[in-house]
Amino acid sequence: MAELNTDSGKEKKGKSKKLGSGVDLTAMVDLAFLLITFFMLTTTLSKPQSMNLAMPDKSDKSARNETKVSDRRTLTLLLGTDNKLVWYMGQTAKPLDGPTVTGYGKNGLRQVLLDKNSQVLARTQDPERGLIVIIKPSNKSLYHNLVDALDEMAITKVKTYAIVEITPEDLELLDKEGLNGEQEQSKGVN
Amino acid sequence: MAKVKIKKKKISIDMTAMCDVAFLLLSFFIMTSTAKLPEPYPVDTPASTVQTKLPDSYLATITVGEGRIFFGVTGKRVRKRMLEQMSEKYKLEFTPEEADAFSLIDFFGVDINAMKKLIALPNAERNAKGLQPGVPYDSVNNQLHDWILCARLATKEINNEDLDIAIKGDKNLDYPMIKAVIDILQEQRKNNFFLVTNLRGEDF
Repeated sequence: MAELNTDSGKEKKGKSKKLGSGVDLTAMVDLAFLLITFFMLTTTLSKPQSMNLAMPDKSDKSARNETKVSDRRTLTLLLGTDNKLVWYMGQTAKPLDGPTVTGYGKNGLRQVLLDKNSQVLARTQDPERGLIVIIKPSNKSLYHNLVDALDEMAITKVKTYAIVEITPEDLELLDKEGLNGEQEQSKGVN
Repeated sequence: MAKVKIKKKKISIDMTAMCDVAFLLLSFFIMTSTAKLPEPYPVDTPASTVQTKLPDSYLATITVGEGRIFFGVTGKRVRKRMLEQMSEKYKLEFTPEEADAFSLIDFFGVDINAMKKLIALPNAERNAKGLQPGVPYDSVNNQLHDWILCARLATKEINNEDLDIAIKGDKNLDYPMIKAVIDILQEQRKNNFFLVTNLRGEDF
């Protein structure tokens, strides 16, 4: 069906009738697949993904820092170098728990967030008043550390979190843990 | 030698169905495709599991690479109006031809004083690696701030919509660089924006 009948036709006259006339589509298929390949490679099938980020409004200086929240509900994350972070509950000067160094991902930050969130929820008995996470990226941390931390918020469904500027006290804490030095191995990882 | 009659054996496959499938796929790809935008500065975005899609229109993208910032807005009319406002601000004159040419540039990363030179370049050369040094964004000469502001004003004026802003940063950037961009946005009371990310695998 799909081939040109190239036989002279004289020898097997009877047979050639069965073959029928057809066009060789091989070249056409070749062309079609070539075009498919071209379009596949030059297109962006899906739109880029993104993460929505809302920052606290800065302009109203007077209204800032007015909301009082319980120490027991706040978890502070200090993002340091080498893909590590320090977390503690409550205030920097007298943390209720921690400070502890941990990594990102499944076995690090996520476990901490899930544990703390369930503890807080058990105490408040109110699904609206869960854990409050304060993310403080140090100047030595990398952008993907911040995105990883924000991603963990989305995974563990922590509703209240904010990115806040790091304080000198927090930097001291990072220094103590050795997470404020030069970047060594964290670039290119992940 | 005896004559041996070699039977002509023809192996042929019916290509019709294959051809049909190939063209069906081809038409699918042609219809769903949008041409990939040429980027003057490709960056490696960080991965995340969040799957919000970026909006299609009324979007400005700030591409942040190692020490360089590129800026781009969707919509030709918005770009044109944005350039008009910028030229007023910086006392620079652009001819209508230049404005038309500018409205076709998706991303740029040059000082406004070098913009004429960039517009004059042919399309293919504009995105050459290392050609564009980035939009100045320091406090003395904060052109990025003005571009964003003009883009937002232009979008409001033409489409009566709020401009969404996406930050597309390289994952190995130091945080202060991103912080600088976020600060510029917050100065204009733009507190809500998107961070462009890649898809992350399930087992993270």
